[in-house]
Amino acid sequence: MARINLDHIRHAYGPNPKKPSDYSLKEVHHEWNDGGAYALLGPSGCGKTTLLNIISGLLQPSEGKILFDGKDVTNLSTQERNIAQVFQFPVIYDTMTVYDNLAFPLRNRHVPETEVDRRVTEILEMIGLSDRAKKKAQGLTADQKQKISLGRGLVRSDVSAILFDEPLTVIDPHMKWVLRSQLKRLHKQFGFTMVYVTHDQTEALTFADKVVVMYDGEIVQIGTPAELFEKPKHTFVGYFIGSPGMNVLPATIDGSSVHLGGETLSLSFAPKIGAGAKTELGIRPEFIRLGREGMPVTISKVEDIGRQKIVRASFADRPIAIVVHEDGEIPAEPKITFDPNAINIYADSWRVGGEA
Amino acid sequence: MEKTWNNKAWFMVLPVLVLVAFSAVIPLMTVVNYSVQDTFGNNEFFWAGTDWFIQVLQSDRFWDALQRNLLFSAIILAIEIPLGILIALNMPKQGLGVPFCLVFMSLPLLIPWNVVGTIWQVFGRVDIGLLGYTLDAIGVPYNYVNNVFDAWVTLIVMDIWHWTSLVVLLCYAGLVSIPDAYYQAAKIDGASRWAVFRYIQLPKMKRVLLIAFLLRFMDSFMIYTEPFVVTGGGPGNATTFLSIDLVKTAIGQFDLGPAAALSIIYFLIILLLSWIFYTVMTNSDAQS
Ligand SMILES: Nc1ncnc2c1ncn2[C@@H]1O[C@H](COP(=O)(O)OP(=O)(O)OP(=O)(O)O)[C@@H](O)[C@H]1O
Ligand SMILES: [Mg+2]
Repeated sequence: MARINLDHIRHAYGPNPKKPSDYSLKEVHHEWNDGGAYALLGPSGCGKTTLLNIISGLLQPSEGKILFDGKDVTNLSTQERNIAQVFQFPVIYDTMTVYDNLAFPLRNRHVPETEVDRRVTEILEMIGLSDRAKKKAQGLTADQKQKISLGRGLVRSDVSAILFDEPLTVIDPHMKWVLRSQLKRLHKQFGFTMVYVTHDQTEALTFADKVVVMYDGEIVQIGTPAELFEKPKHTFVGYFIGSPGMNVLPATIDGSSVHLGGETLSLSFAPKIGAGAKTELGIRPEFIRLGREGMPVTISKVEDIGRQKIVRASFADRPIAIVVHEDGEIPAEPKITFDPNAINIYADSWRVGGEA
Repeated sequence: MEKTWNNKAWFMVLPVLVLVAFSAVIPLMTVVNYSVQDTFGNNEFFWAGTDWFIQVLQSDRFWDALQRNLLFSAIILAIEIPLGILIALNMPKQGLGVPFCLVFMSLPLLIPWNVVGTIWQVFGRVDIGLLGYTLDAIGVPYNYVNNVFDAWVTLIVMDIWHWTSLVVLLCYAGLVSIPDAYYQAAKIDGASRWAVFRYIQLPKMKRVLLIAFLLRFMDSFMIYTEPFVVTGGGPGNATTFLSIDLVKTAIGQFDLGPAAALSIIYFLIILLLSWIFYTVMTNSDAQS
């Protein structure tokens, strides 16, 4: 269990990086609290696996330092860092039994056999493979392999941190839910620092205290699920979190008033925006009210998704999504109003403070 | 799955069948024909039944040669397979070293067998050979022409020099196919170098090792050219393997009947042993 500091980490796979685009990780400077449960969220290729491999020591960063509890571990090997990692593509030792696969990390560290048995039995129980303990791991199905791979990451109780790289991709939804609750229980019990990579925002939001969103080799926002939802720091976070994502509309800002197409809204604050910046207004579909008052829209489609309806419309020649309650009515001449507290203003894709 | 039966497929394989018939089956049948008949020249043949087989199987000459063959194959397999694995493990996986190592490893395989024999025949000569002369000069008694042990050592070292590369190249192909993720997982799991070999590399090399083992077995069991060139089967009969014996019988003495019977027995032994190795090795795979 440890507090992990990433001190100005940058990484490029190729030699002699020059342009920012040569870097797969562009400057990550961040502290992971001891015992924190973090979800790492981001699109494919944004550098999530790279970041985990740097933390675990499989990869040496091109620049920057890594500290565990304040101690510099940048040049320490994976083994010395004492980290467990569950890989994106499950690795199974084919010739071993399921039991031996799970016992492998313990036996390599000369844990007494009684303790090995206690831990392995517990993990087998947890991943639901007790009845296959003595079977060779060779003929197992993809989801069983993924469970073993997960189990091997959890079997040691003395690790500094556990890194999960999309550990449940091929597990069925119910089992996924079960395993996720087990992970949370283990987290409470042992207080591991956990980092959990996923593509799936529901998974991220239910697992973690803090969600870290990465985009194009950078951490764009770290926050609680509520913060990510209400105040996305970057338009990407707005798109990526929430379903449907945030509406981002080109806007011109003039003091505390916003011009959207032909419409003008007034804000409760005057955003400070540098000259020449591209300015946008962000509003989540959940915070748009559809009614007879406000700004006119043209509805193109209504999707019924159970307890809610998603209205696809066009506003000032821009597509916009609006979430309406399942029995909310859709007027003949639809108009919309924005919840003034839910409006975010972006300059060059980054949120401009409105609280002040 | 539903299989479609299509008799036209036979036409596709027909050319191959004809080719195999002419190149293998018909000559083999001729040998079978010789093995059950006797001739005193003039193209007159008499039915001999199993006489030749019995004669071969009852001769010490056959059993001695067979023992030499088995010993030779056992020794070179015991050396070439582990040595090949060891070299493959230490070859570079990327960078400029790769093509260099691969070409370097392939060189011995490209040399014709009788040339290999000649190289070593000269190399080991005490009067003009670099090896023989040097050993002699530093006081190591070495002479493959009249010392049985030296003759065997020469043949074994020559075979290792000639063929270990094959094992290396096959193992190397198995090794480079292992995804990086396995090595990463092993690091996280704190696996030792030995554990990585035992649980990751060896299982992934199993198939190619089976092939390497069979190829090296069959080839070494049929060895002819090199010992023929280097030692000529001597000193005495110390390096007279079945193949050399066969040629002596067939061409030297022109005993076609016994030679044909010996060929068939020889062929069956190789077939049988290869089958046994194959079954044992693939079964141990299936059980695990
Ligand atoms: N071994 C490598 N050599 C060179 N480039 C690499 C290597 N591994 C990753 N990259 C590049 O680095 C970038 C980040 O990759 P990374 O695997 O960290 O992404 P990721 O966020 O884990 O994506 P995914 O969700 O698809 O797993 C990508 O552009 C990728 O092409
Ligand atoms: Mg990844």
